[in-house]
Amino acid sequence: MDDSKMTATPLTRVLGILGIVAGVLMAVLGLFVSPPDVVQGEAVRMLYLHVPSIWIAYGSFVLTSVSSLLFLVRSRRREDGGRHYDRMAGSAAEVGVVFTGLTLITGMLWGKVTWGTYWQWDARLTTTVLLFVTYLGYLALRRLPADPIVRGRRAAVMALISFINVPIVHYSVDWWRTLHQKASLSVGRRPEITGEMYWTLLYSALTVTIVGAWLIVHRYRVIRLEEIRDEENLKMLISSRRHERPTGSAADGEVS
Amino acid sequence: MLAEVLLLARKDLRIERRAKVALGQVAPLTLLIVVVFAFALDANAPLLEIGAGGLYWVAVLYGGTLLTQRAFELETEGGNFDDFRMSPIKVHSLFLGKSLSLFIQICALELVLTPAVLLLYDVQVTDWLLLIAAGVAGAVAFSVCGVLWGVMAAGLRVRSTLLPLLLIPVLAPVLLAGSRAFETALGIRADAGWSWTSLMFVIAAVHTVVGLAAFGFLLEEN
Repeated sequence: MDDSKMTATPLTRVLGILGIVAGVLMAVLGLFVSPPDVVQGEAVRMLYLHVPSIWIAYGSFVLTSVSSLLFLVRSRRREDGGRHYDRMAGSAAEVGVVFTGLTLITGMLWGKVTWGTYWQWDARLTTTVLLFVTYLGYLALRRLPADPIVRGRRAAVMALISFINVPIVHYSVDWWRTLHQKASLSVGRRPEITGEMYWTLLYSALTVTIVGAWLIVHRYRVIRLEEIRDEENLKMLISSRRHERPTGSAADGEVS
Repeated sequence: MLAEVLLLARKDLRIERRAKVALGQVAPLTLLIVVVFAFALDANAPLLEIGAGGLYWVAVLYGGTLLTQRAFELETEGGNFDDFRMSPIKVHSLFLGKSLSLFIQICALELVLTPAVLLLYDVQVTDWLLLIAAGVAGAVAFSVCGVLWGVMAAGLRVRSTLLPLLLIPVLAPVLLAGSRAFETALGIRADAGWSWTSLMFVIAAVHTVVGLAAFGFLLEEN
């Protein structure tokens, strides 16, 4: 089968296998090698999925914003009308939403163990759920039946505005008093964790990045294939209508 | 430019005066919401008093979303955006004009809702100046956000369900800030009511800058 008609390429297969292997190793490191925390005990292992998930979500939303900006700036100059950037923005946002959802779920489970409740209306949790809903709105806008370029432009503007939420979510623990702990790793600040926990967290981030990249590439290709299918369907419909025409009475000259 | 802004705002308000949707339908509906909240909370007086600020802003949020939807339906149904694009009116004027008319309509809605909440929930105002400032700040923030996101959903087939989905997460900080400021003004909470009011003005300023930059771009596609 032609590669352009599939969601996988040799490179994505390698990326996928790498993701699986790295994921298994991440589970071993996170569950067995890394020690329990002095305060949180075994519950701290949630860290290795929870924190990398939100990092990848941030990264995906950065990619969405950059692609959206390029779409707005370059769409008129490109032969495909900037659809490449639009697809990239859409696929990255989908993956971002999935990882934000994963962050919320793992956070709730972690919260139940450490705080005794699944949900607290604190600044970090509230801003994260708003981020999640905002990007769900962005995905809803992308799904609307409209001209792809019109829809793409509106979605691009929305993606750029929605990105304002990302730094708000990240710095919410510094700007407001919250129940949520400060960032485990932050630029310009000494890490909150050290030793095996530190390296396991970094390794988990790398693994989740590989999985995220794999998902983005696949989603990009699925969107492209959907577009090809729609274009082919349209061509087929036009062609069938053209074939209908000669049988019509106007073509036979029966009606003046 | 100011003349254009006023002209456009006057045009919307004249349509509203004739149709009487804001005061004839939306305001009674939001009053109904205030009453229904009391039913839902079993007319629990202490609970209603504590929640008065938040319930007031939820009602404004609902009514304001309806008003925003109406403001853009008027333009898209008649294909008016095409006319605007061909006219010499600047897009910035259009953004500010629509924001101004929406602001006035939301203020009118607040003027109906405020006495209703004070009477029905039996709350006393301890700081009138803060109450008025927070009401104005919330209306400004609501109107500029509404116009920016309203044009985003305008002309699309499912705009009636899309607009609330896009607008409410953006307005959530306004709802939060408005509720806190009102609670201070009503003496329910000794909090930084003025800081929350300032936050609403900041949100309005950010959306005004973004709106002025993006409105023309979004209008092109209608």
